[in-house]
Amino acid sequence: MRFLDLARFVAGALTGHRLRSALSALGVAIGVAAVVLLTSLGEGTRQYIVSQFSQFGTSLIGISPGKVKTFGVPGVFGGTTHQLTLYDADSLEHLPGIQKVVPVVFGQARVEAGGLGRDVYIYGVTHDASAAWKFPVAEGSFLPEMDPDRRASLCVLGPKLAREIFQGTSPLGKRVRIGGAGFLVVGVMEPKGQFVGFDLDDSAYIPVASAMDLFNLTELNEIDVLAASTGAIPGVVEEVRSVLTARHRGNDDFTITTQTEMLDVFGRVMDIITAAVSAIAGISLLVGAIGILTIMWISVNERTAEIGLLRALGLTRQGVERLFLLESALLAGAGGLLGLLCGLGLGAILTAALPGLPFKTSAGAAVAAVAMSLLVGLASGWFPARRASGLDPVEALRAE
Amino acid sequence: MILLEEVWRTFQVGEAEVGALKGISLAIRRGDHVALVGPSGSGKSTLLHILGCLDRPTRGRYLFEERDTGSLSELERSALRQSRIGFVFQFFHLLSRLTAAGNVELPMMFAGVAPEERRTRAQEALRSVGLAHRAKHRPDQLSGGERQRVAIARAVVMGPSLLLADEPTGNLDRASSREVMELLERMNADGLTLVVVTHDPDIARRARRVIRLSDGTMEEEAP
Repeated sequence: MRFLDLARFVAGALTGHRLRSALSALGVAIGVAAVVLLTSLGEGTRQYIVSQFSQFGTSLIGISPGKVKTFGVPGVFGGTTHQLTLYDADSLEHLPGIQKVVPVVFGQARVEAGGLGRDVYIYGVTHDASAAWKFPVAEGSFLPEMDPDRRASLCVLGPKLAREIFQGTSPLGKRVRIGGAGFLVVGVMEPKGQFVGFDLDDSAYIPVASAMDLFNLTELNEIDVLAASTGAIPGVVEEVRSVLTARHRGNDDFTITTQTEMLDVFGRVMDIITAAVSAIAGISLLVGAIGILTIMWISVNERTAEIGLLRALGLTRQGVERLFLLESALLAGAGGLLGLLCGLGLGAILTAALPGLPFKTSAGAAVAAVAMSLLVGLASGWFPARRASGLDPVEALRAE
Repeated sequence: MILLEEVWRTFQVGEAEVGALKGISLAIRRGDHVALVGPSGSGKSTLLHILGCLDRPTRGRYLFEERDTGSLSELERSALRQSRIGFVFQFFHLLSRLTAAGNVELPMMFAGVAPEERRTRAQEALRSVGLAHRAKHRPDQLSGGERQRVAIARAVVMGPSLLLADEPTGNLDRASSREVMELLERMNADGLTLVVVTHDPDIARRARRVIRLSDGTMEEEAP
C-alpha cells in the first residue's frame, strides 16, 4: 500500500469524526503548548541572566574580602581578617595573564549641582574601569590615568544622573558637589541599563582614593581583575590566590569569583528549573496521550466490522496495525502542530503585553515538541493498533 | 480448482470442543456455481470462511488452485484474498465515509495500484454492475440493491477466480434480489467460480450444485 494512499485513508477516517478527533488532538495541543510556553520562559530567563553577566565580559574576575565558604573553628584563635588594600591591588598589576586591575570602593552619596541634588551610587575606580567593565564613554573622557593612591577632584556621570541634574545641558566642564566636596565633570557614560536591579546609569565615578576619603574607608570593597582571555582565567585565579595569600600572611581570607563560574552556577540552577517546569508541562502531555489512547481504543471497537472487511479485502495484519498507528500519530501530530502554534501565539501576546518578560523559543525546542507529540501518538496508538491487528477477521466481520 | 479433504473445524467453547465442520470433502470445478444451504449453525458460514482463507481448518487439507493453503503464511493468504478471492456479504460492508467508487478502489489501494489506474478500473467495474452514474454517491444515498452491486463491483475489481457470497440477498427485497443474482450469474457465465451461502430455496435452486450442510456434515442434493 502506498504511503500517500494510507495517509489519505487515515485522514478520511479521522475527519469522519470531526469533533471527536479535534477534541482528542486538542488534549495533545494543550500539552505541547504548555511545554513550548514553559520551556520558552526558561530559555528566555537563562538568556537574560547570561546577557546580564556577560555585559561585563566573561573574563572579569572579582576579588572581595572575607571568605564566603566557612570552615574551621571560628573565634577561638582570633584569626584577623585582612582587608583588601590599594597595595593588594597594586601587587596584582604585573602578574602574567592579567590585563587590567581595578580597585573598587562604592557607597551612596548625594550629587548636587545648581540647586538640584540626587542620592546615587558613587563608584571609586581607576582609569581602567571603563575598559575592564566595557562601559564606554559617550561624552568627554573617563577618569585620567594616574596612580591609584592619588586623589583628584574629577568625576564621570552616568547618563541618567547627568540628565536629571543638568536638565539636558552638557555637564562637561561643570562642577558638581559629591558628599560636600567639589568635583569637575570630565565625562558622561553611555547608557548601560540595569544590572540585576541596580541602575548603572544613575551613578557617578570618581578616583578610588577620593572615594575612600569620601566614605572614610581605608580598604577596598572589591578588586576587579580582567584576564587576558577566558582561557587564562584558571591560571590568573591561581596567581592571584598565591600572591594575596602571601601578602595576608598565609591566610586565604578573600573570595575570588569568576564570571564563568557564576554563569555555570546559574546555568545549573536554570537547568534544574527548566527540567522541573518541563516535567510539569509533560504531565499535561501525558494526559493528552491518554485521551488519544482512549479515542483510538473506542475507534478500534467501533470499527471492528471495518477491520474485518479490510482483512477480507486482503489487507494484512501488519497493514491494519500500520493504519491505526498512523491514525493516532496523525491525530497527535496535528495536536502537536496546533499546540506549537498556540504556544508561540500566546508567547507573542504575552511579550506584547509584558515587554519585560523573558520569552525565547529555541527552534530545537519547537521541533522537539512536535517530534514528541508524534512519539506520544505512536506510543498511545500502539496498544489499540495491536488490538486491531490481532482481531480474528471472521469474528470481526460478524460485528455490525 | 477447490479441493477439500476431510476438513474439520472445531471451536473451543468453554471446556467443550464444538465441531462446526466434521470431515467435509468437496471438490469444486472452475466456473462452477454452488449453493451452500442448511439451517443456521450448520457450518455453512464456517465453510465459506475457510474457502475464503479467512479461517483455517483444524484438520484436513484445503487446496486452492492446486496450492495447499495450510502451508501458506498469513501474508500469502492475505495476498490470495486480495487478488484471487472476492467476498460479498449480507450487510454489504461498504465504508460509509467513502463514495461508491472509493469503496471499489479499496482492494486496489491495498494492492498498491496507481491512483490513475484505480480510477479507470473502478469506473469500469461500476459500469459492469450498471452503476457508473452512481460512482460519486455515498452508500447512504444508495438503495440496498445498489449497495450490494457496489459490493460486487468491489469483489470482482481485482479479477478473482472465486467469488464467495454470504447471504447476498438476505437483506434485499425480491426485485433487488433478482437483479443481484442475475448479475452474479452473468459473472459466473463469464468464468467466475461462484459459491453462495443462502437460506432462500429460490436462490439455491438457481445454482448448478446444491450442497446441504447439517450439523457439520454435508450431503449433495441432486439438482
